[in-house]
Amino acid sequence: MKSAAGLHLKTFCLILIMVLFGPLGDVLLSKGMKDLGRISSWSPPELAHLFVAVFSSGMIWAGIACLLGFFIAYTLVLSWADYSFVQPSSSFAYGIVALLGHFLLGEAISPLRWAGILVICCGVLIVGHTPPRTTENE
Amino acid sequence: MLVEVILIFFIVVAGTGGELCLTRAMKTIGEVHDFRPRALLNVFARALRVGWMWIALLLMTSGFFSLLGMLSLENVSFVVPVTALSYAAGAYGGSLFLGEKVTRQRWLGVLMVCIGVTMVWKGRG
Repeated sequence: MKSAAGLHLKTFCLILIMVLFGPLGDVLLSKGMKDLGRISSWSPPELAHLFVAVFSSGMIWAGIACLLGFFIAYTLVLSWADYSFVQPSSSFAYGIVALLGHFLLGEAISPLRWAGILVICCGVLIVGHTPPRTTENE
Repeated sequence: MLVEVILIFFIVVAGTGGELCLTRAMKTIGEVHDFRPRALLNVFARALRVGWMWIALLLMTSGFFSLLGMLSLENVSFVVPVTALSYAAGAYGGSLFLGEKVTRQRWLGVLMVCIGVTMVWKGRG
């Protein structure tokens, strides 16, 4: 895995895991929080009650599991690739989270928001043509 | 509205700060070559001995709870794009804090991502 091609393949695979598990985790968390209802009070007792409710929700735990998968892939890829490369590359997740929000949660998404997602993907393609590492190993 | 702004601030600042600290911790560990479970556990055990990792976990936990708060107030297809305000902060922080050489091409890509995110935000129903 020392070659440039190997490095790019390894980076691609882990970023793919990130863009699938991250959005799925966000959508599951959103579903879980919506099921608990809108936060009406920010007082400590209410937040303590909410804290217990949050961690009693299976949907929240499923979201956390997905985000844990995202976090592991993210942590590993950051051991060799630049943060300023990995972070924008993972922005494909915005398109996926919108699709999941629309189809799984029934969220209404305006044409302007879809256009914005397309612009994001163009930005990601530009970032993807830069070298994944600009610093030397310590 | 004030609550939303405060939560977004925490998501962006704590999230980006946490990721920068995480990167510094993982760069201290070095590139991961062995992906077998036992080797990965060893990597994470070594990472937990780096102070930056604990700061990263603290900041990212704060960001996570702020995200949960926002998700109870707004749709996920609005909340997640708004968190991309961290892109500019991340690229800037990467060059300043981690010594990464962010090229003009990469800055252009980050700028386009931010423009797209702004359009997504403006497209809120």
